Parts: sequence; structure tokens; C-alpha cells
Amino acid sequence: MEIFGIPTQALFGQLLIGLINGSFYALLSLGLAVIFGLLNIINFTHGAQYMLGAFVAYLLLNKLGIGYWWSLLLAPIIVGATGVVIERLMLSKLYKLDHLYGLLLTFGLALIIQGVFRNEYGSAGQPYAMPEQLSGGRNLGFMFLPNYRAWVIVASLVICLGTWYVIEKTKLGSYLRAATENPQLVQAFGVNVPRMITLTYGFGVGLAGLAGVMAAPIYQVSPQMGTDLIIVVFAVVVIGGMGSIMGSIVTGFGLGVIEGLTKVFYPEASNTVIFIIMAIVLLIRPAGLFGTQK
Amino acid sequence: MASNAPAAPIARTTGALRHQQIAFLVMAAFFILAPTVIYPVFLMKLMCFALFACAFNLLIGYVGLLSFGHAMFFGIAGYATAHSAKVWGFTPELAILFGTACAGVLGILAGLLAIRRLGIYFAMITLALAQMVFFFCLQAPFTGGEDGIQAVPRGKLFGLIDLSDASTMYPFVLAIFLGGFLLIYRIVHSPFGQVLKAIRENESRAVSLGYDVDRYKLLAFVLSAALAGLAGGTKSLVFQLASLTDVHWTMSGEVVLMTLVGGLGTIFGPVIGAAVIITMQNYLAQLGAWVTVVQGIVFVVCVLAFRRGIIGEIAHAIKKPL
Amino acid sequence: MKRKLISTLVGAAFAMAVGAAGAQISDGIIKIGVMSDMSSLYADIGGPGSTLAARMAVEDFGAAAKGMKVEIVSADHQNKADVGSSVARQWYDVDKVDAIFDVPNSAVALAINQLTREKGKAFIDSGAASSDLTGKACSPNTVHWTYDTWMLANGTGTAIVKTGGDSWFFLTSDYAFGHALERDTEAAVLKNGGKVLGKVRHPLNTQDFSSFLLQAQSSKAKVIGLANAGGDTINSVKQASEFGIVKSGQSLAGMLVFISDVHGLGLDKAQGLIFTETFYWDMNDQTRAFAKRFAAGNNGKYPTMVHAGVYAGVLHYLKAIEAIKTDDGTKVIEQMKKMPTDDPLFGKGVIRADGRKIHPAYLVEVKKPSESKGPYDYYKIRATIPADQAFRPLAEGGCPLVK
Repeated sequence: MEIFGIPTQALFGQLLIGLINGSFYALLSLGLAVIFGLLNIINFTHGAQYMLGAFVAYLLLNKLGIGYWWSLLLAPIIVGATGVVIERLMLSKLYKLDHLYGLLLTFGLALIIQGVFRNEYGSAGQPYAMPEQLSGGRNLGFMFLPNYRAWVIVASLVICLGTWYVIEKTKLGSYLRAATENPQLVQAFGVNVPRMITLTYGFGVGLAGLAGVMAAPIYQVSPQMGTDLIIVVFAVVVIGGMGSIMGSIVTGFGLGVIEGLTKVFYPEASNTVIFIIMAIVLLIRPAGLFGTQK
Repeated sequence: MASNAPAAPIARTTGALRHQQIAFLVMAAFFILAPTVIYPVFLMKLMCFALFACAFNLLIGYVGLLSFGHAMFFGIAGYATAHSAKVWGFTPELAILFGTACAGVLGILAGLLAIRRLGIYFAMITLALAQMVFFFCLQAPFTGGEDGIQAVPRGKLFGLIDLSDASTMYPFVLAIFLGGFLLIYRIVHSPFGQVLKAIRENESRAVSLGYDVDRYKLLAFVLSAALAGLAGGTKSLVFQLASLTDVHWTMSGEVVLMTLVGGLGTIFGPVIGAAVIITMQNYLAQLGAWVTVVQGIVFVVCVLAFRRGIIGEIAHAIKKPL
Repeated sequence: MKRKLISTLVGAAFAMAVGAAGAQISDGIIKIGVMSDMSSLYADIGGPGSTLAARMAVEDFGAAAKGMKVEIVSADHQNKADVGSSVARQWYDVDKVDAIFDVPNSAVALAINQLTREKGKAFIDSGAASSDLTGKACSPNTVHWTYDTWMLANGTGTAIVKTGGDSWFFLTSDYAFGHALERDTEAAVLKNGGKVLGKVRHPLNTQDFSSFLLQAQSSKAKVIGLANAGGDTINSVKQASEFGIVKSGQSLAGMLVFISDVHGLGLDKAQGLIFTETFYWDMNDQTRAFAKRFAAGNNGKYPTMVHAGVYAGVLHYLKAIEAIKTDDGTKVIEQMKKMPTDDPLFGKGVIRADGRKIHPAYLVEVKKPSESKGPYDYYKIRATIPADQAFRPLAEGGCPLVK
């Protein structure tokens, strides 16, 4: 049976692949949305931090012999820690100013991080081995699904929904949300607001690092890996609504699927389709699909 | 950049004008005399980028809108000029005008989409639009894709003066640069410019005073785009090629850096900023990939400690706008 | 304008003592400029290694003993045509550089090609792919060494079809270079009786190829042709291995792959990949000796065919200058075409009227990890394409120099 000239089997395969890509978009835009939604910082360094996560995993493996599973835990913590340092030393000085300065600062930081790694490692990229337990795959009938990719979807869903739950439904999350609305008041209640902000930034950055570790076995670990991705992720966040956590999760997965479909029917446009959608969304619903006017 | 942007000091008009006139004469003298000691092609590159940065600054410094996609105007004009000169045989002044016009049209289209939002959203929209333009340029056949448009003839100015040699090309570029610069100056110091500054300081008050803010912003956007296009078109004739580098988002980042270093919202800041960054790229390039790192460091340092930029600091010190 | 000034003054002899030889060489010095991508995509393929190769060539030529003063400068064009073009301008106008070598990246190469012609200097390109350099953009001041898109397409396409890979599916990078590769390879495949079952175009610098690879798998073509380069090729190969494409019987044909790419991928991912190169370090004693010396100066990384091309190009350039005793660009290039080439890396060859350097090409297959006995022991030579068949016939290029 064929739909629009593509056999359904192939179509399902493409949809599944789109979901997998969507997982990366969702993970990355989640980090960005957390940082922007709660802290009003535009973290341009996100792409570089994603790359850092992948490189930390690579270095952990090659210098310390620490494998994938431990890296999944350690790399986000390490990258998150660098985020904490950045926030404490630099970003916190800019909160009283226009948010665009934060954008410029993180842009500069991204250049530094990427330049340093490019200098060290060149651009060809480093190989990172697929973890034993996840290699190979399953023949689903309509396609061969590598186990690793299935893992990516599952892990990403768990993390995204977990984060959303923590932020929207728990007390800690409500403190965070309150602190963004009115930091002085929350501080007056005895909550250490600056520390919360620092940790939140660190958490968002850690999410980027986690996405990087998960990308390492399938995409080449190279200093360039975050550069063009970051702009797409920004588009995802803008479409989803810049403050909305659920918005970026849903949009991330959704756009992954749409991009996947575009790759089947009109692959040359698969790079631009996200921006076109962004332009349309901004015309019709300027606050994004799930966002609220701030 | 709303109320937290560094405000240009308010000064008596006549005194301020004197200082700026002097500065302008110094700048013009420099560019007239420098080619005797400095490689003219380098100076021409400098002037093109200085004009680009000035055009960008019009938007950020005086209207308060940070565009992260200005490369699209710079680059599209470069392609348009190159194509019209090479394939349609336009004379250089017509080719540059054509490039400028194309950038202006793109400015209208982009502006209509982008003006609807403020601040961060505006920056993101311009970035995304610039990406679309980039991909268009990558794939459209006339741009030559990765190869770019090569061997663009400089042609004969007005059909008479052959521009292939630097000795004739240089005065032409100088005239364009000074002309563009003066135009921006006039815009900023006109009633139109005053309204723009009012919008930057307090948009809602400007609205309540009855100004059609969106129209002003759009007009400023288009002017900024067209002037960026003027710079881009000229550059493609100087180097006789148009390439994808000019539409890539890193080019947008560079012009932001130049303006930041020089001083946002100052008249001469972008020129100094462009000079610093281009010279730095030139001489620090011995460090290879470290150029990106150094640029990043400059960004960070400027944002944290040096927000007024070079000219901004000088202007602050002498308490006169520059 | 980026400059990394590594001036190597080879030649201690006084210009005076050499008398006539120095008199017609512009300011007594032969200044060689190695322009490459020193910091990004092609840094491993060309990059600082090319400067090293040039220096080795000058030493091996024995310029000092012959009383010729040779200086080498190098610069990073950062893959930007305007940067490359402005460096070249400065080099020619101000720094008295006589010849430019390497230049990977066709856009930059075409710009330098044009500029060199205007200034009457010499340009020996080793890294760029565009066959236009010896086609419609050919110039009496340019020699194109190492490889070009036609040779890649034809070599790989023809040789694979002849060994049984007669049904193809193309994964093409959606821009001029990718299209050219796809078009030329398709022509070669069809000419040899093969079929093209489908093609898909992906945007440049795509991270994720799973969707396209899936389409390639379902086409059931015997050969999946990767009409892309650099990071795109690496990602395609890596992900193809993940999806078990080679294991389930299809083979991957890379259209433009270098040994540094294979090194970056690792043999377990790259095994079975088939492509064409014009130099492999492990072919004979001379190439092995060169490779060991090169690796010692290049952080243990072995030479790619681009490095080899720079070495051989500089060698032949210097021989030509020695013969006609001038470094005037146009004249030297003319002499280079008159003299047959002979170097330890490419063997004997010739430079045609359109500037194309002719030498044999090799169809290689990447070894399995178990077959590799040492570092960089990556290739099995599957076939040799003789020099007279490897490159586009002179008449078909559309080069105005060829009448």
C-alpha cells in the first residue's frame, strides 16, 4: 500500500526516525527552555555545551577508561558544573541589564569553547564506540531499528517528562517559578534565590551535556557538532513558546517528525522547514504554540 | 536594548556638532592618506565593513533592536551586485545600486515579519530568517553555491573610468563609505532620528504621543538593511567575488562584535570597532584557530566590563557624544 | 587575511655566487606560498601537513646545494574565498610570493586561479576538487595536481561497476559539488552498463542520515554512492554501519574520502568502504619512506594524497625553474608542462596543456580491523586505473587553451 507514492512501510520507518531526531531536539530545547523560562537568559552556549558533553564522554573513555553508562551520569554533571561556574562568574553580573547582553555573553563563550576544541582536535571528529549492550538492532518488519536509537527515544522521553513534572508539579519547581516572577519576595521567604538560579542554569546546561553524550555514539564527536544545531533548537524553542517547558518537549518531538517527513518528500528543504514553520507560527501566534505573552 | 542601553549623553547641539565634525575630518583624512602606507585593498575591506557596522548600529544603537541576521542583507547584496556585474554587464555604480535595492527589498520582507516582536524574539527571528537566506544562497544556481560568484569584473564607472586598478577603485570606495556614513549621520540627527531615539528610550510613551511606532521601526530596519547592502555590494566588487561566507550567521556575529567593541549607539564607534576587529583578524591570524577564541574573549570582556565600547568610553570621558 | 609566517630560508649560498641563475629570479628568491585550511574542515587533509610537505620537497630538491634560495610562507584561508583571495592579493602584490600551492576548497581555488592569471604568477593546486580548474576555468598559470571530480566519479564509478556493483543509489550533498559528483558518477555507471535505482539529496552538513540511509536500504541497490565529502561522508558511513547496511550486503562507495577520514572513523565503521585515491603511503619503498619522514614531523599522522600532491608539485616546480632559470609564473608553468614529471610519490607522469596532471588512480577498499597490521594500514588496492584513462579526455573539458 502506498501513501503519496511512498510505501507505508517506508513511511513508518521515516516517522520513527523522525521521532528519534525529535528526541535530540526535545532534550536540547528543554535545556534552553528551562534556562530561558525560569531565568530569562538566552543561552547561546547551549550548542557548545552539547559538544562539551560529547567530548567529555570521549575523554572519559579514552583517558580514564570510563565507559558510556558512567559517562551518562558523569558528563552532564561535569558540564553542568562548568555552567555553574559561568553563571556565578559572569552571567550573574548581567541580570540587572537588558537580556540581550546575556545573549552576547553566551555567544562569546560559545566562540571560545568551540575555538579551543577546534584547535585541539581539528574538525574531522573523533570516533566514539557504541556501547556493547546497545549495539545491533531489531528488524521491525518495516525497518531495521538499531537498539541504540530506540534507547534514545525512551531515555529522552523519560528525562523530558521527568523534568516537566519536577518543574510544574513539585514544590521545588514552584519555588523556581515563583523566584522568576518575584525574586525579592521569594528571597524574603527565606529561599536562597541566587543559588537556585545558579543550580537551574547548571541543570539546563547539564541537559545539553547529556544530549551530547547520547549523540556521541551515533554522530561524529567533533567541535562543530553544536554550531548549526543550536540555531535549529532556538527555532524549536521559539515555536514552542519561549517560556513553556511542555511546549518545547512537544515541539521538539513534533518538529523531528515533520523534518523526517520532509526528508522523504522533499529532502532538499529539510534544513529550512523548521524556519519556515517558525516564521508562520510567529505570524499567527507570536507567543509560540504553548507560550504565554510575558 | 530598552532602557538599560548606554544612553548617549545629551549635550548642546552646537558644541556636539563641532566635536563630531572634527572627528569626521580626522577619519576622512586618515582614509585619504593611509593608502600611501597601508595596503589599499586592506583599507577598502575595512571601509566596507565599517559601513556595514554603521548600518547595523543604526538599528541597535538608535532603535534598540538587536538584529542577529544582518549578514543576509550584506551577503544578498553582494550576490546581486556580483551577478548583475558579471552576467548582465552592469556598470559598477548600477551594480551596487542594484545590490542595495535587493537588500532593501529583503529588508522590507524581513522587517514586516520581525518588527512584530521585541528584544530577544526579534533577534531570534532575524537569525532564523538569515538562516533561510543562507540555505537559499547555498542551493540557488545563480549564486554558484560553495564556489560563489567568481571573477566579477569591476567594470568602468559610469562607463568611463576603469576600476580594475586600486588607484581608481580606492577613491570610489572611499566616496561610497563617506557618503554612506554621512547619510547615516543625517538620519540619526534628523527629526526621524529623534523619534527613533524616543522609541528606544520608551516605546510606550512614544506610542502615547501618537507616533506610529511600527512604521518608524520598519523604516529604520529597511534603511539599515539597504545600507548594509551598500557595503556588501561594494565589497563584492572590491574582492571581485561573492561567497557564502557573507551570508553565514557567523558574519552576523562579527558585525555585532565590531559594533560592541566600537561602542553601541555612537556614530564613530562602528568604524573603530570594524578597524579593530579586521586588523585583529589580520595580524592575530598567526594563531590560526585561536582567532575565534580571541574574538570570543573580546566579546565576553566587552559585555562584562567594557559595555560602552572604545568610542563610548572616550565620549563618556569628554562628555560629548561621538 | 590570515598569515602564519613560517619562513624557511633554505639556501645559504650568496645570490652573487650564483650569478646568472639569480639574476632572472625575481629578487633572487623563489617564494612559495602554501595556502590551506589550517584550522577547520580540511586541516587534516591539507593544513599544516601541506606546509611540511612543501618544506620536505625543497630539502629533497637540494635547493641549497644548487644555489637557489627558496622561502616558504603559509596562510590559512579558513575555507572563505574572500579571505583566500585577499591573502593571495597581498602575497602577490606586497610580499613577492611567486607561486601558491595546495588550496583545498574549490571556491577558494577558483578565486586564486583567476587572481594568479591576472598577476602572471603560478598556482599549483593540490587540494581542490573542481574539474573546472582544467575545464572552463583553465589558465596558463595553473596546474591541477592530485585529483578532480571527474576522476573520482569515473574512477570509482567505472571500477565498481566492472567488479559487479551494477545497481546504484545516490546519497548526494545538495550543492554544486555534490551534484557534479553525482552527475559524473551516474554517467560513468550508465556508460558501463549499470543502473541507477534512485537518488536522494540531503542538505550540506546534515548530522543525521538515518532517513536517507533507510531509503537507500529499501531501494536494494547493490552500491550506495556517497556523493558528498568531509563531515557528511563521515556521518553517513558511521550511521550506515549502525544500520547494518554493509553487513546486510550493500556496499558503500565514497566519492571523496581521504585517509584522514578513515582514521577519524575507525576501521570498524569504515571497513568495506570503496573509493579512489591517487596516492597511498604503503605502495612501495619510496612512498613508505616519505610517509615515515612525514609522520615524524606531523604528529604521527600519515600523509594524505593532498600532502603528496604538494610535495610532488613543489618538486616539479623547482625542477622547472632550475631548467629555465626564471620564476616568471607563466613561463614556469609552461616549462612544467614541457617536462615530464618523475617523483617518488606519483612515479612518472605528465602535465597536459589544460594544466591537468596525469597519473594513475587506485581503487581502494578499507580493510577490516582484523586485516590491519599497524597504524594507518587501512587500504587494500582493488584496482589500478591507468593514467591515460583516469582523467577526463583533453578534448572534453571545454578548456579554451586546448584548440
